[in-house]
Formats: sequence, structure tokens, C-alpha cells
Amino acid sequence: MLLRHTPAAPAVDREALTINPAKTCQPIGAMYAALGVHNCMPHSHGSQGCCSYHRSMLTRHYKEPVMAATSCFTEGASVFGGQANLLEALGNIFTIYAPDVVAVHTTCLSETIGDDLKQMTAKAIESGKVPPGKTVLLANTPSYVGSHVTGFSTMVKGMVDGLAASAAPHKLDVINIIPGYVEPSDMEEIKRLASALGVRTIVFPDTSGVLNGPMTGKFRMYPAGGVTVEQLRAAGDSRATLALGPMASSAAAKALDIKCHVPCEILELPIGLSATDKFIDALRRVAGVSVPESINRERGQLLDVMTDMHQYTAGRKVALAGDPDHLVALVDFLVSMDMQPIHIVSGTPGKKTLERMRPSLDKLGRPVNVKIPGDLYQLHQWIKQEAVDLIIGGTHCKYFARDEDTPLLRFGFPILDRVGHQYFPSVGYKGGLRLLEKILDLLMDRQDRDAPEEKFELVM
Amino acid sequence: MAPKITAEELKQEMLKKYPAKVARKREKQILANQHVGEFEGRPTVPAIAVNSRTIPGILSMRGCAYAGCKGVVLGPTRDIVHIVHGPIGCSYYAWLTRRNQTRPERLTDPNFMTYCFSTDMQEEDIIYGGEKKLRKAIEEAIAIFKPRALDIFSTCPVGLIGDDVHAVAREMEAKYPGVNIFAFSCEGYKGVSQSAGHHIANNKVFTDVVGLGDTRKPGKFRMNLLGEYNIGGDSFELERIFDKCGLTLQATFSGNSTYEEFASSHTVDLNLVMCHRSINYMAEMMEKKYGIPWFKVNFIGAAATAKSLRHIAAYYDDEELTARVEAVIAEEMPAVEAAQALHRPATEGKTAVLFLGGSRAHHYQELFKELGMETVSAGYEFAHRDDYEGRHVLPTIKVDADSRNIEELEVHPDPGLYREPLSPEAKTALKAKGILMNGYEGLMPDMAEGALIIDDLNHHEAEVLIDKLKPALFCAGIKEKYVIQKSGVPMKQLHNYDYSGPYAGFQGAVNFYREIDRMVNATPFTLTKAPWQESPELNAAYAWVG
Repeated sequence: MLLRHTPAAPAVDREALTINPAKTCQPIGAMYAALGVHNCMPHSHGSQGCCSYHRSMLTRHYKEPVMAATSCFTEGASVFGGQANLLEALGNIFTIYAPDVVAVHTTCLSETIGDDLKQMTAKAIESGKVPPGKTVLLANTPSYVGSHVTGFSTMVKGMVDGLAASAAPHKLDVINIIPGYVEPSDMEEIKRLASALGVRTIVFPDTSGVLNGPMTGKFRMYPAGGVTVEQLRAAGDSRATLALGPMASSAAAKALDIKCHVPCEILELPIGLSATDKFIDALRRVAGVSVPESINRERGQLLDVMTDMHQYTAGRKVALAGDPDHLVALVDFLVSMDMQPIHIVSGTPGKKTLERMRPSLDKLGRPVNVKIPGDLYQLHQWIKQEAVDLIIGGTHCKYFARDEDTPLLRFGFPILDRVGHQYFPSVGYKGGLRLLEKILDLLMDRQDRDAPEEKFELVM
Repeated sequence: MAPKITAEELKQEMLKKYPAKVARKREKQILANQHVGEFEGRPTVPAIAVNSRTIPGILSMRGCAYAGCKGVVLGPTRDIVHIVHGPIGCSYYAWLTRRNQTRPERLTDPNFMTYCFSTDMQEEDIIYGGEKKLRKAIEEAIAIFKPRALDIFSTCPVGLIGDDVHAVAREMEAKYPGVNIFAFSCEGYKGVSQSAGHHIANNKVFTDVVGLGDTRKPGKFRMNLLGEYNIGGDSFELERIFDKCGLTLQATFSGNSTYEEFASSHTVDLNLVMCHRSINYMAEMMEKKYGIPWFKVNFIGAAATAKSLRHIAAYYDDEELTARVEAVIAEEMPAVEAAQALHRPATEGKTAVLFLGGSRAHHYQELFKELGMETVSAGYEFAHRDDYEGRHVLPTIKVDADSRNIEELEVHPDPGLYREPLSPEAKTALKAKGILMNGYEGLMPDMAEGALIIDDLNHHEAEVLIDKLKPALFCAGIKEKYVIQKSGVPMKQLHNYDYSGPYAGFQGAVNFYREIDRMVNATPFTLTKAPWQESPELNAAYAWVG
């Protein structure tokens, strides 16, 4: 057994010890968001280990280059403050790696000693470490607050704080979309859907073309993708903002409303049929366009498979671990196929997550285990108490998936042992179809594996 | 063919993009290898300025002291509950990511390696102190997991807010006398790299674990293997070989290891040092306290493995052992030679560059030699001068402020257990057999003159290397993996072995030959250009004929 010390019933009620976490720390989310800015070097203001760990983890998840710099705190810097390190770092980064933007996020180290990023950046500009025309974005992301999701959110807000401006006399016919903490493939799909509706958009951040780049034989430190500085500035002139995934995107959307009077609508992530419906409907309304037949067709295809294969999904029990925005949308999607998400954990704290899931969960008419913040050890114990047909979560779940001989759908962050999430979306109707195909493959492969010979089916 | 460029030209090419201050520093960390003299029959080399601070803003490969302490040295031990005291990330990133394999003997034996423990410090713990939460977390861990030993790793904020993890460890140990509880002050800002963490780990394991047990594995020739972490199953292969040779492996620090093996590790007659950088402190302290002699071995490469085994046999100077070792080598080598014959024609004459930790950039050159491949540039991520130049330079190393912050333990002979060390005559006699006691020969004397040595290689320098040297293979870690491969050069991860291995010992060598042949001759790398990119000009002769 891989997790031989996990009993069905807890030996003690834990208050202090986290075992097998279902979240990680803020800075990695900030780094991921910053990679969605074109010609941007993410920068970790802390000791070099943080940056090394974050780059390693993101590299394992995407199997792509992940460039980021660090202030390399030593014991001295931790005592005297990190200003000298940050100034030296900014000077070196702009000289050697020539980005348009350096996106600085803090760590538990620099936050604990109280480094003031704003003041230090002003000093860097004043002392010529930041060449004219270059931008420094800021995000305060102490690791002892929130999770990778809130770190992402804070850096996206940092993009608004640092760049968005209202320059045009009137709002332009452009819609901002903040896609949430989703994969590059998802951001690409969101852009494709908007363009199918004929809507001009600014999508930020946008890691498509950055973390799913092509192999060309030539390394590019700043790949073709990412939202540009000009686009981020212009976001203040857009007619409206759609923020997808409240936890990851609403802070930036609200900041943009306050700063530049761009009204925003906050939606759940467009994962699954109903959530995608809401996204397309909102986009149609705010942009004043009609939905083309091609989108109706995509929707119809997803619904077609949901109805055709209903016998394989209905009543199937699911355990989920993941990030709040992902979980809310996934639970809704599963329930819409009459599946039963019965054990749910997220490591990311937040009282609203359960409230947001409540309407879907209430439809089940049975008790559901939810722990927020919770960890994978807890989830595994629940699975031992009541078995499930499917587990949905990141790669760390594979250990108990194997112990409990239960199929695992890899979803969310991190996926360290499979590819696909970089290239194939989970959002939109096409993404829903992909998720459903994966769910069906897992459930039906299992049925095939376990069926007695006489009940082994040719046609399913 | 790659254009011929000298190491010095390559170095200047790297430096020219740097601001003056950066160039001045890197200038001393990048050297064209030279053999300038001789010391005891070995070439001597120029001094290299290493183990110094990483330059802020430079894309370095380095990690932190915590990574060296928890991730490298302690992580591979399966039955100690490792609680990371800090915000969630540090424990999360070190959770199963280093591929230290482990194999408990029985299903009922403890194995905590698949578990990640953290106090997940929150803002209020930073403000009001985290000791209370740490105490509670220890109580909960003991109630659930009932371990023999439990250790605590400090992350950056812990040191800054002044949580006394050692006091908490003592207090909890008093409360749970059956559990050995100890703590590491391995905050990420300590030292200049992972290396600080190795030292901190060595110190604490030495003072708080080694010597507490007396579970001796039976055998005539009893040894520890220090600095072998069982990445991809390397320790399993070495255990197989030792077993076959009739050698008793009391403890490995720390691949496939247990607490009890550490605790009883002082009972051996010999310490073998594999990764000198991460564990030489332990070898030295065990020699001072218990009189256990040590020498350096290398089990990377079939010839190196055979040589190290022969050194062990020669050290014990036992006829039966010598015969058995020779028999094992004779039995293992045919498969190795067959694999060499199969793969070498496909790898011969190709070039490799190696930028790895603190030993592998040296060790792996053996395997590349066996494939007929030349290592044209190499360097370490977190090594000290002795790793580059040889251990004899230790007295001449200037200790800077960052290194001084890492405690150097004062160790005295144990009145009951200290055994007389080898006499100078015995050491001389061993030297005649090729065994350098308490020694390590360094990377630079072993590399050809004119090879480019780069300490703490960074991204910019790696780009220049690829552009100018066009190596057939680049070896480094995960952060470099796809950067290099996007450039069209296959990249072998030699920290985690690209989820493959083992590469140590005889069977490991065979695995490695196969793997390197696969990589340097991989078909997908030849498919970079689409047909229309190969010949973008439309041919005039192509016209509609109707």
C-alpha cells in the first residue's frame, strides 16, 4: 500500500497538522499569472529556493520552459531588508534578459520582514535600474495567506493596478475577459469562442502560446503568446469585463471597475454545459451580438453525448479535490449528468466556496462531505468510509486512487504525470465534451476490466 | 560540425552581455581548465571562486538550504515523520518530487515517504508565533502515525519570527520519551545554496541520531554508504551488488534507509563516500568520534563500479573477499560489455555538457567515457572548491560570512567507542593500492585541459553554450529541461533521471547506455522543419499543365 497509514476513521481530530495538502502557496500562482503577460519576466522577491521550487513545479506541470528570476535573499538581506537585492536584480534582468515587464511578487520571507515593494520599485525607477518605457508590476503574495489561487488573483489585479488606464474619450467596442486560473488551452478556447461570436476581446492573463509553445528548434525566452502591455493599458477603455471564476478573477475585475469605470460581471468558470451557457449568454449581452449557429452546434454535440451516455454517468459517485473555482463548476457539471459528487475538499480557504456549490449539491438529496480548507488525507479517509466510482483531482491523488483501486481523472493543478491539459481545453462546450469523454473512458474501461466474461459487452 | 571555439573565447562570449559587476564576479567562476602543476602525482588546477552568493536577477539553477536539508539528505528516510514548519509551499514542493525510491521489507513496516506533513502556517502564526501550532501538530502526528522518530524543518519565516524549534523538540521529546524528536534550522535564506542545508542536516543527524542504536546487521565486512539517495533505484542496484560480494551495508545515508540504520551506523568498520559534497561532514565527524575510516567511491560507470569494489576488497585485504569481488565483476561485466558494443557505435565521438549538483557532474563523466562521449564543459550547482580542485585544497579555502553562519561542530573521540584510526603507514600502504583515504580528487584534475568549467551555470550562459558548442546532449535539471530541448538539443535530467534509472552499478550502466543512445539519436529531434520550411522557395518549373 502506498498510503498504508491512512485509516478509514481518524485517530484524532486534526487541528494543526496538514497531511497531503490540496493547495500550495501564493507565489506560484502569481508566477503563473505573470507568465501570461507578453515579454514579461516574473520575479520572486525572496530566497532563491522559492523561485526554484515554483519554476520546477510549473515546468513539471507544463513540460515547457518557465523563466523567472529571484532576489536571492541571504541571511544578511533577511536582516537588513531586500531593497539592495531587488534593485540589483531589476538592473540585471533588464540588462541581460531585456523584458518589457518584470512582474514582482513577494514571498513569506520578504513579507515577514516587511519589505515595501512600492517604495523599493520607486527607488529602482529613480536610480535608473528600470529603463524608461519598461514596466514593473507588483503583487503582495505572502505564502501564509490564501493559496496559489489567491496568489494568481493578486498578480492579475497587479496588472490592472500597474497598467490599466482610461485614455479613450469613450469606451471602446472591446470586452475584457479574465479567464481565471485555467490552462493555456482554456485561455485559447475562451478566445476562440469570443471570436466565434465576433467579439473583440482583451484576455488577461493569457498563457496560451507561452506554456504550450511549439518545438521549432529555437528557444525563445519570451514566446509569441501573452497579453501585451498595450492591451493591458487599453483594458481601461473596454466596454465591460467578464471575470471567470470569482476567486481568481473578481479582484482584478473590481479593481478595473473602480480605476477605469469598466463595469464587470463575475461568472463561474465555463466548465460544463450550464456554466458555458452562462458565459456565452453574458458575452452575447455585454457585447450586443447574437450567438452564431456554430456555437449552437457545439452545445448540441455536448448535450447529445450527455444524453446518449447518461446510463454510464447517472448515480456514479465522485470524490473531488481541487481549487474552489474549478470545484464549483465541476460539481455543477457532474450533477447535471446526474452524477453524485459526495466527497469534496479544497485546500484553499474561503467560506463562500461551499455556498457557491450549495445549489448543485442540494439537488443530490443526500449528505455530502465537504471540507474547506481540507486536505487529501481527509479525502482519502472519506473514500475509505464510502467508496466512489471516480476521483477527480491533481496527480497527488494517484496514490490513493491506486490504493483504493479507483479511476482518477486528472484535473487542475498540478498534473505532473500526464500531458494534454496544455493543449486540450476543459472550458466551453468542446472542453466539456473532452472532460465527458475522459470520464466515460475511465468508467467504461473499469466496467470492461471488471465484467465477468459472460457480461463483457461488445457494444456499450 | 560545430565551429571550433576555445574555452577562453567561449567565456568572453558569455561575459560580454553582463553588467560590469556581474562580469567581474562571473569572471572568477568560469575557467578554462588547466593543469598547472602536480600534487602527489595528480594534476593541480587553478583556484575557482565558488560557493559564493548567487547574483540577484540571474536565472540560476540553485535552490535553498531547506531543499538541501529536507529534500536531499533527510527526505529519503522512510520511517521518520518529517514535519515542515512553515507555510504550505515548502513541504508541498518537496513531496515525492525527488524520486527517492524506498522499499519497506514488510507491508506492516512504516513508510511515511508518500505523506507530506506541514504546519501550514497562517498569518496569525506569523504574528503571534507558530510554536503552539507546531506542538499540536507533533502531538497529532504521533497519535496518528506512531513513529520512532520525528523531525522538524524550519522554513524562512520560522527563523525570522524566532520560533524556537529546538526547544519545542526537547519539550515534546520529554512528553513522548519513545519518540526521538529533533529539529533543523534550515531556513531557506541560510548559506548560498542547498549546500548549507546538507551541512545542517549532517550535523543534526550526527548529534541526535547516530550512535543511539545497536542493531548491527551481521557480516564480516560491515560498511555504510554515505551520499547515495536512491534516485531511480540506484541504492537497490548497489544493495544487490554488495550482497553478491558478501559486503554488509549497515546504513545508506540516505537512500532506502530507516531510522534504526542511521542510529546504528557507528558500528561499522568503514564509511564509503559517494556524494562527497552533501555528506563529507558526516564521514569526517564519524571518523573523529568513532575512528571509522572513510574513502571516496564512485558507482556511476561500470569501470568505476568495478574499481570501487576492488578498492573495498583491497581495503579489507581479505583473500576470500577479493576472490568474491573479482568473481562478481567477472559475472557482471559481460552484459555491460555487450551493451557497450551495441550502443557505443551510435554514441562514439559525440559531446556532452554536465551541470549538476555537487558530485554528479564528475561521476557521470565516467559513463559518458564508456560511451565514447567527451564532456566538453561541466560545472556544479552548489559545490565548494574541494569538489572542483580536490580535497587537499580544504585548508586554503577562505571561509566567508555566509559559510561561517553554518555551524561547524566540534567533535571529540567517544571514550567508549573510539577505535584507533589507521596509522600513517597503513594509509601509505593503501595509497599504493590506489585508495586515497580521507580524500577526494576533484572534477578539474579529471577533465581535459581546455574544457570549460562553469560554476553555478545560469540561463544566459547555457544559451551561449548551446549556440557555440552545439553539444549532442545537455545534462542538468528540470528547470533547464525544456529550455534546452526547445533549442533542438536533447536534455537529460540527471537529478531525477527523467523518471528512469537506475544508473548506478552494472545494471545501471546498461540502462544508461541504452538511454543515451535513445536520446542522442532520437528521431523527433530531426523533424523540426516542415517540408515548406526546408525549401520555402517555390520552384519555377512547377506550373499548371492542363
